[in-house]
Amino acid sequence: MRQSSIIDIISPIMAGPSSSHTAGAVRLGLLARNVYNTKPDKITFKLYNSYAHTGKGHGTDKGLLAGILGFSVDDVRIKNVFDTPEAQELNYSFEFLDDFNRHPNAVDFIFEGGLNMTVSGDSIGAGEILLTKINNFSVNLDGKYNTLLVVYEDVPGVISAVTHIIQEDNVNIASLHCDRSGKGKDASMCICVDGELSKKCLNAVSDLKKMYIVRYIKKLES
Amino acid sequence: MDQVITTFRQLYYVCKASNKKIYEVALDNEVAKGEYSEYTVRLQAKKSLDAMKEAIKIGLKSTEKSPSGMSGDDCNKLQKSICSSILGDTARKIMIYALATSEQNLRMGTIVACPTAGSCGIVPSVLIAFAEDNNIPEGEQINALITAGEVGRLVSNKMALAGAVGGCQAECGVAAAMATAALTQMRGGSVKQVINAVALALKNILGLTCDPVCGLVEIPCVKRNPFLAIHAVTASELAMADIISKIPIDEVVDAMEQTGKLMSPLLKESSQGGLAKTKTAIALEKNILK
Repeated sequence: MRQSSIIDIISPIMAGPSSSHTAGAVRLGLLARNVYNTKPDKITFKLYNSYAHTGKGHGTDKGLLAGILGFSVDDVRIKNVFDTPEAQELNYSFEFLDDFNRHPNAVDFIFEGGLNMTVSGDSIGAGEILLTKINNFSVNLDGKYNTLLVVYEDVPGVISAVTHIIQEDNVNIASLHCDRSGKGKDASMCICVDGELSKKCLNAVSDLKKMYIVRYIKKLES
Repeated sequence: MDQVITTFRQLYYVCKASNKKIYEVALDNEVAKGEYSEYTVRLQAKKSLDAMKEAIKIGLKSTEKSPSGMSGDDCNKLQKSICSSILGDTARKIMIYALATSEQNLRMGTIVACPTAGSCGIVPSVLIAFAEDNNIPEGEQINALITAGEVGRLVSNKMALAGAVGGCQAECGVAAAMATAALTQMRGGSVKQVINAVALALKNILGLTCDPVCGLVEIPCVKRNPFLAIHAVTASELAMADIISKIPIDEVVDAMEQTGKLMSPLLKESSQGGLAKTKTAIALEKNILK
């Protein structure tokens, strides 16, 4: 498992008032935005537990929206994000829920549009975050690595084919997380890499048979 | 160095064997993990230190209330106090800086989460007030901040630094442990004294609840920052006199993790118990969130 760094502890430099409920919310929004990767027609934010109970007071709703709009954690616009032109162009709503099976600081982003997608994540403390689910697949995305997300048909040889293409790019794999909805059904792969994947590499993965979603999710800058 | 440091015990023995300070071993360790260079860590520490100083500077001058109207002018009051401090000028300055930073935070101003935003006043107030009053050069302030960062890192490997997971002991408690490490480092404390200061600070804050009124980082969070900043000073005073924590720091962290798990979710940043459910808090809630 990855060890935390001193840098995680003495940062981020951020707009207050809460690292888990404001900065963490912005970072969850930013990473979910990178996963969805296109402009949605509508987005619903479902906030759970502590996020639901104390979120308004901590600006969690503002943070999540600011992240979806691409604002960084120290952006001075977060305080008044609802009034920004960017927010007014977006169709969004919030729901506040209880679910004791979920993390205290959990959120679902429900994107609707050309592609419908639900992205779930937790704010795990000190601004650190984890995306845990994309649609029905479990994932493990903390925004610290450039990550290749692939959803494909569960047939033999895909993991080998994809990792081979990455090897040809001469890029090292930091971690690999796989899941599937059932034997022969949809499967997913989350590949965190050191360094950058090339366009050529991403095209080669996309050209493999029965690839449903191929996303290159850049690591968060702040 | 091949082995990555995960406990205070390891940290102590590596420091002892190599005759190095905590920040030196901590930097070696960051490099050994292979993700950051020494330069990158020192640069982030410098940026964070500058941002902390800027937040204090703005906070000292501002009397702007928080959006709720509940807080925002306590720093100004303490600065104007005509009553002399029984703890001395540096201690008074620490309290003022802690309030200045914390009040900037509730205004949604720019602060450094160190380790968290709710506890953002503790490390900067202790580090910067002491450095100013004792002419500590910037390089040593950065070393002190890295020492503090290493303390926070080692605790965070055991438990998440979030009020919703571990209560306030995991936020302001850890911040006090980090602050006392920075302070004891700047005072010329030995590795053993720094680690003991950390143990003493954490041990005496176990079980602290997170029960913010109206769910806002205001009551009791703002005033808790100067309180725990002075807590950090107390720990350093004891440790510099070679007073030893009978329970070693790694075991204190284990106890803290267990305590966090045993605490009811009602007392962990859900605002469903404790101070948040007092008669006055409920009345405030009706007033503010209507």
